[in-house]
Amino acid sequence: MIKSFFNKTARNIRLIIRRDRIRIPIWLIGIILLTIVVAFAYTELVPTEEERIVMAETMRNPAVTAMFGPGFGLDNYHFGAIMGHQMLLFTALIVGIMSVLIVTRHTRGDEENGRIEMIRSFPVGRLANLGATISVLFATNVVLALITGFGLYATGIEGLDFAGSILYGAVLGVSGFFFAASTALFAQLSESARGTMGLSFTFLGLAYLLRAIGDVGNEAISWLSPLGWVIRAEVYVNNFWWPVLLTFGVGVGITALAFYLHSVRDLEAGFIPPGAGKKTASGFLQSPLGLATRLQRTPIIGWAIGMFVLGASYGSVMGDMETYLETMELILSALPDVEGFTLTEQFLPMLMAVIAMVGTIPVLLMVLRLRGEEAKNRTEHLLARAVSRTRIMGSFTALAVLMGFIALFLGATGLWSAGAATTEDPIAFNTILKGALVYFPAVLVMIGASLILVGFAPGITPLAWLYLGYSFFVVYMGSLLQLPEWLSAITPFGYIPQYPVEKIVFSQLLLLAAIGLVLITAGFWGYRNRDIYG
Amino acid sequence: MAILKISNLGKRFGDVTALDGINLEVNEGEIYGFIGPNGAGKTTTIRVMLGILKADKGDATLFGMDAWKDAVEIHKRVAYVPGEVNLWPDLTGGEVIDLFVKLRGSNNQSRREELIERFNLDPSKKCGTYSKGNRQKVALVAAFSADADLYILDEPSAGLDPLMEKVFQECVIEAKNEGKSVFLSSHILSEVERLCDKVSIIRQGKIIESGSLKDLHHLTRTRITLETQKPIPSIEKLDGVHEVEENNGAYSFQIDTDKLNEVIKHLSQFEIEKLESAPPTLEDLFMRHYRVSGGGEK
Repeated sequence: MIKSFFNKTARNIRLIIRRDRIRIPIWLIGIILLTIVVAFAYTELVPTEEERIVMAETMRNPAVTAMFGPGFGLDNYHFGAIMGHQMLLFTALIVGIMSVLIVTRHTRGDEENGRIEMIRSFPVGRLANLGATISVLFATNVVLALITGFGLYATGIEGLDFAGSILYGAVLGVSGFFFAASTALFAQLSESARGTMGLSFTFLGLAYLLRAIGDVGNEAISWLSPLGWVIRAEVYVNNFWWPVLLTFGVGVGITALAFYLHSVRDLEAGFIPPGAGKKTASGFLQSPLGLATRLQRTPIIGWAIGMFVLGASYGSVMGDMETYLETMELILSALPDVEGFTLTEQFLPMLMAVIAMVGTIPVLLMVLRLRGEEAKNRTEHLLARAVSRTRIMGSFTALAVLMGFIALFLGATGLWSAGAATTEDPIAFNTILKGALVYFPAVLVMIGASLILVGFAPGITPLAWLYLGYSFFVVYMGSLLQLPEWLSAITPFGYIPQYPVEKIVFSQLLLLAAIGLVLITAGFWGYRNRDIYG
Repeated sequence: MAILKISNLGKRFGDVTALDGINLEVNEGEIYGFIGPNGAGKTTTIRVMLGILKADKGDATLFGMDAWKDAVEIHKRVAYVPGEVNLWPDLTGGEVIDLFVKLRGSNNQSRREELIERFNLDPSKKCGTYSKGNRQKVALVAAFSADADLYILDEPSAGLDPLMEKVFQECVIEAKNEGKSVFLSSHILSEVERLCDKVSIIRQGKIIESGSLKDLHHLTRTRITLETQKPIPSIEKLDGVHEVEENNGAYSFQIDTDKLNEVIKHLSQFEIEKLESAPPTLEDLFMRHYRVSGGGEK
């Protein structure tokens, strides 16, 4: 019986590996590189023991605890303790996201598209696909654990000892496995891939949030969250292995439950029945703009909250930043002093650049959604009715422009409100808001650049992401890596004044905005004059 | 009056010639059938008509306006149902119908309810959960609740059950009775035969046959089944007779319609006992055209 349930699992495993032979390696390489690059970055950031002691001091406050988890090894804050404390939880989240995406794709995603039905018409066991998916994810996370573990040890950085490095890898791997298992379970509950992803990401977010609340307040709450468990491995300091075993054990239990539910349910059915929807469209929905907004409702709300949280997380460490930077200055007396500005104010432009570029992600999502709709042959429904192309593109563009503004505004608001709550002498809201809104022309240029792609080269629209990634790299790492000036001259973010340290030159911003508008207009022209195809 | 006029229309995708000098004319109150194998260029033609694709050469005019330049103005009078209906998975069928009707500009609530009833559609379900047939129904309800002058239907009944196909055909006939024109691209030849006044057959981007059904039947053959007392010697050698099968004195063959009289005269001397004739079908015509070159490849 059991054997027949899993008939041809091996074949399914090969199918999944074949389909993801690029995807999985990219995830793994990305995560491993990130870990190792950050490890080296810390050796640059806080090279001396004195600086690390100062850093440890800044870690002793609730805002940081909420972000990274409770501090450990703060009395001897070597690079291992820093990685285990500041980096591990975030990396575990990323690994979790990887698992959610890959598992959804191979379970509900394939089922929804009718591919599982095809596969099941062959002599393939009922649980073969789920079994294969779990197996591949298990193997992926084992590989991730081993390479990360040995990789960290191989860096030879002081404090990254063998036992800790292996545990570091194991914590990542087991987190990935756990969220693969939970996604497999949600795939049984929800009827759609979107629903599965929604439940899985809510679970992931909730795990992080519960841990944050629990770590700051009542520790018992942290025990409800798998992320609360893994952070208690205290990697590189105490090297507890029980959280790994606990998480793995519960993960196996969840997997078993998912298998059971899958074995008793109908194909394409879920355990959470979808509620009856609306029989008529609200007045709001009945226009291209209404449709564009409705289709992206969840990302709009999600990103709005996310931008506020991002701003707030920067704002919450602002008070400590001042102390931290001041001590640094006492030690080094090296930081160039810009007269009349506090150190925090000097740091503000860098924070704003990050907020602006992260805030550009939802903006690009909204522009490129237009091409996504076209590729799924859904734009033709609108175009076959009395709707012009200008109006369709205009709706998506208007939404993107609005999203850009909302992202900057909420990022600034979050930064200010958290900053005001934790510092005695907060920066004026006006200053912070100005510092954010100076990036708006750059956002317009990014919208224009992606509209050019949609209008003239719809096949290569993902290049817009490359451009944003490039901008991020150049602006964020530029001064650190001493990159040549011209590299930042080809990204709009390179032209934004470092307010409040630099003065705002309005003519420059207006020129940038004008370039943005020209690009946008050109994109519209291209879209009006080309074939629409899926 | 010509509602839709296409002359010498050409469209290329890279090196592939999708349409090669298409000519079509649909008049007011006419149901126009457009048939051809997969990949022949039916959908491309329709997309050019809708201004979704831009023609490389030739003209496509609807209501005397250019299909590409005046798309929005034209579409106020056009209702379209695509062959493959892709909808937004998280909107309900009812929401999509309302959106579509609204985007055309008209609003006929009672017609909408009536059609939902007739097509037996549950509008409260999300489109992601609909079957192909149900998604098709959403598009059909949206199209027919619109008060259009021209209905462009691209294989609209694919995926419908026979009962719903009948409802669909009723809707088309009702539209015709109201003086509307219908451009119907279809694979279901019996449907075209029942509904259409005129038919064009497209193959490899060219119109190879065009005219009223009656005209086309002249081009085709009648199938005869015949039993005679005396054996008929070398029947297959007769002019106009094709595909002869003999079985114990019973003959079955096809005959060119214009040779019917001569052949029957000749055959009557063998003392006919039984004769059945089947009218020429579109299917015979279609098969004949495509079998010649071994089917309709792209």
